[in-house]
Amino acid sequence: MKALLIRELRLSLRSGGGAIPALLFYAAVVIVIPFAVGPDPILLATIAGACLWIGALLASLLGLERMFRDDAEDGSLDQMLIGQTPLPLVVFVKSLVHWTVTGLPLTLTAPLFGIFLGLEGAPLGAAMATLAVGTPSISFIGAVGAAVTVSMARGGLLLSVLVLPLCVPVVIFAVGAVRAVSGSIDPFWPPFLMVSGISLLFAVLGPFVAALALRQGHG
Amino acid sequence: MSISTTTDKTDNSAQITARPGISALANPTRFLALVRVVLPFFVLVTIALLAVGLWLGFSAPDDYQQGRTVRIMFVHVPAVWMAMGSYMVMVSGALGVLVWRHPLADVASRAAAPLGAAFTFLGLATGSIWGRPMWGTWWIWDARLTSFLILLIIYLGLIALWRSIEEPARSARMAAVVILVGAINIPIIKFSVDWFTTLHQPASVLRSDGPALAPEFLYPLLIMGLAFLFLFLTLHLMAMRNEIMRRQIRTLQRKLARNRKPTSGHVS
Repeated sequence: MKALLIRELRLSLRSGGGAIPALLFYAAVVIVIPFAVGPDPILLATIAGACLWIGALLASLLGLERMFRDDAEDGSLDQMLIGQTPLPLVVFVKSLVHWTVTGLPLTLTAPLFGIFLGLEGAPLGAAMATLAVGTPSISFIGAVGAAVTVSMARGGLLLSVLVLPLCVPVVIFAVGAVRAVSGSIDPFWPPFLMVSGISLLFAVLGPFVAALALRQGHG
Repeated sequence: MSISTTTDKTDNSAQITARPGISALANPTRFLALVRVVLPFFVLVTIALLAVGLWLGFSAPDDYQQGRTVRIMFVHVPAVWMAMGSYMVMVSGALGVLVWRHPLADVASRAAAPLGAAFTFLGLATGSIWGRPMWGTWWIWDARLTSFLILLIIYLGLIALWRSIEEPARSARMAAVVILVGAINIPIIKFSVDWFTTLHQPASVLRSDGPALAPEFLYPLLIMGLAFLFLFLTLHLMAMRNEIMRRQIRTLQRKLARNRKPTSGHVS
């Protein structure tokens, strides 16, 4: 379990630049948005939470395709299928690692990108809190998409189509929570707790369903 | 990889040609025979119900608030019911694939997907046409509308998934897993009008205190609902028949190709 965690972390950090590509992609998305909507600071500040979330969602989806791909190609996946460690646990660890190289860096760099979008103070804190709590859900439910498309040559696009609809609730509540802090009459806690709840639900559901998909794909 | 594909192929051809015993309908030939008997009856019932439902719907009085546009309901609500009904058929098909490995389960869910997508689109389109005069907008990001749009995307994503995995056995199992995950959306659609107070009105037929519709609207609606149910059943049986035939053709082509190869090999 611990060995697996270390192995996965090492693999994802050392191959393909680790967290850097996802971060660069995130930066590109966040920087393009002001060009698209115009540089009005007031407008940008109101949609800043949404921008950060869209960037985080897309950047997280980007890396999902590789979650099981390399292991399926070199045969490690077959070892995991017949190994001692329960498969859902393996998937859980892999999702967690995916989050540490995508969701976590995105959360930690949110203040930097917040500057570009005029996001500071309490809304920035809210955005970081929702990103920290909400992005794991993308990794966990994304594992299902990755498991389903693992045997496909170009599964990345289909993966996004399958996973994006399931990410909609997280985005709705997360952006709602950020908006609540930046001067809306709605309270902050209900949407924030919904985000946490969805993350916890997906943390349980995702690994089991992804393990099922991996087993069915090989059976 | 090559080993797994060949085993899947043989497994699949075995599934199609004969595997009696799980239940009587597991045999596609028997199923096709049943379809041949039942289908004309279903077609007649569908036409009769549609005729009666449409006639009653058009002869229903104008609503005191909505005027004539209330008649859109007689298409909109049944379409939406069947959009969710198709998904439930797919869910049972997915369970059939994963739990019982019933040979026709995947055929059933595969045939239901385009129908469900069509009903979902019909529900969204009629709702949009209805919303324009009543709410003053074609589209609004209301909870019910959004969750229903997501249903459409799930349908289309599933169809894409089925098409992009070549081996029928594997695509069946992968799609089944995704169908079960996507099923989360169905209760969200159902209860979205109770959880979020946005524009779409709450349930008015299936309510604990009885339907909130006047009888002259309720009866045409229920008959149209039945008509759409039979429309779905008819189209679904037809689509299943086509899918079975398509698979039989594929098996025959494969057999043909398998028989041809050794002879050419011996000649050279």
